[in-house]
Amino acid sequence: MSNGPLEIKAISGHAGTVPGRDASRDYQICKVIDVTTCIGCKACEVACLEWNGYPFRETVFDNTYQTMPDLAWNYYNLIRFNEHVADDGTLSWLMRKDGCMHCADPGCLRACPADGAIVQYANGIVDFNQANCIGCQYCVTGCPFNIPKFNSETKKVHKCTLCSDRVGAGLEPACIKACPTGCLHFGSKDDMKNLAERRVAQLKEHTSHKSAGIYDPPGVGGTHVIYVLHDIEHPERYGGLPKDPHVPLLVRIWKGPLKWLGNVAIAAGILGAATHYLRFGPKKVEEESAQPAVKKEEPN
Amino acid sequence: MATASHYVRADTIQRYTFRERIMHWLTAGVYCYCLATGLAFYTPYLFWIAVVLGGGPTSRFWHPIIGLGFVAAAVWMHTVWRRDMEVTETDHRWLTRVNDYATNQDELLPLQERFNAGQKLFYWLMYYGAILLLLSGIFLWFPEYIPFSLAWARSTMVLIHEIAALLTIGGFIVHLYMGLFLVPGSMTAMTEGYVSRAWARTHHRLWYIRATGGDSPRKNEAEPG
Repeated sequence: MSNGPLEIKAISGHAGTVPGRDASRDYQICKVIDVTTCIGCKACEVACLEWNGYPFRETVFDNTYQTMPDLAWNYYNLIRFNEHVADDGTLSWLMRKDGCMHCADPGCLRACPADGAIVQYANGIVDFNQANCIGCQYCVTGCPFNIPKFNSETKKVHKCTLCSDRVGAGLEPACIKACPTGCLHFGSKDDMKNLAERRVAQLKEHTSHKSAGIYDPPGVGGTHVIYVLHDIEHPERYGGLPKDPHVPLLVRIWKGPLKWLGNVAIAAGILGAATHYLRFGPKKVEEESAQPAVKKEEPN
Repeated sequence: MATASHYVRADTIQRYTFRERIMHWLTAGVYCYCLATGLAFYTPYLFWIAVVLGGGPTSRFWHPIIGLGFVAAAVWMHTVWRRDMEVTETDHRWLTRVNDYATNQDELLPLQERFNAGQKLFYWLMYYGAILLLLSGIFLWFPEYIPFSLAWARSTMVLIHEIAALLTIGGFIVHLYMGLFLVPGSMTAMTEGYVSRAWARTHHRLWYIRATGGDSPRKNEAEPG
């Protein structure tokens, strides 16, 4: 995606400034999911499995088009299906491609205690490095979108990588390539926001979806996977997309003030004990005024 | 000497039986393992401890299991020391004068039984700490069984686990300091089992009187066995 390595730094025998310096594009990448054109075909799911080398999972019939209940450690990408009946009785089929949102403020990364198990790249991708994962699942606690899934056999947590292995080689994610309706787009964050805004304007102008909007929640610093929704006021209709997601408050307390309070308290305790010893010294044993004579210890 | 009681000797008194010492050091060992691995998960600056102890995944695997060992040891300790640890009215008076104890003016304090009020407080801190760590720890052990609708329980339990751990660490620092530095003789009491008579008289007069039958060594009748 990025041509960072080929950006010119210096040119020999060249007068004046280096052409192209400081004119580089925004390297922040983004995936747009336009749910208004999603037909729920699941081509993205298949492409995801193929690229990542996972088998297809067995489906569960629950009288809807929902093929399986949830994401899994080897299933990063799932279409959430919801039949929504509006107040006027009209029915809409809402389909949303669910998966990691690649938050700019990733709760998983905040919560993770393992060195290098979660990596946030400058381009916005948040990736799990299973080699460093210790299986504690704090990431699950930190995630406001219920995304990371645990493999109980290997004790490792997995989720969508946004095809970091493809993007790093200048390719777009596998799901993007497979989408037949063009509801998935991939590019720089600015371009994709632009594209999404144009689509939202189009929806408002030409359809009845007057409250269409872009889902790029500011509570997690924005995301590198954004949605175009028919109704931005009700994201929860799309299979439980949270309306205003945040890294849970308790997780922020835990990883913020409590850490510092604890560190200071432990250090103060150790220093306090040392200072106390230097000031007061050890306790003395008072010798008995009348030292008892050594007595033969025989049963009475 | 052959048939002498192991309990009271001419110049020493047995403070902790073999069983109590095993119990104490077992509890100490499993606590220290959980403390070390727990600190590794607590802050990135101490994650190297997990690496030293066999790696992050290994530490994550054993921490809860050894933690159960700590709870079991705490329950064992409770069956043995529960009576000795009951907080009495004298302890309340002792605690109001804890400042005198901290400044080594022990003679101003009410006479103490086998354990003084500070030791009792430490005991109950660790006992209730163990219960809190167990209850919250179960949630941290098997988070995959907590549905997303109960996600608040996960973060609440993480917070409780860490606060409880920090409280026990506070007690542990004081315990180590007192055992190793502040009260000479208490370390050998827990390793070899014996304290000098003078030590017992100074720090635990009521227990000393009870154990020896009084200040005079002649009242050795009180000794068991």
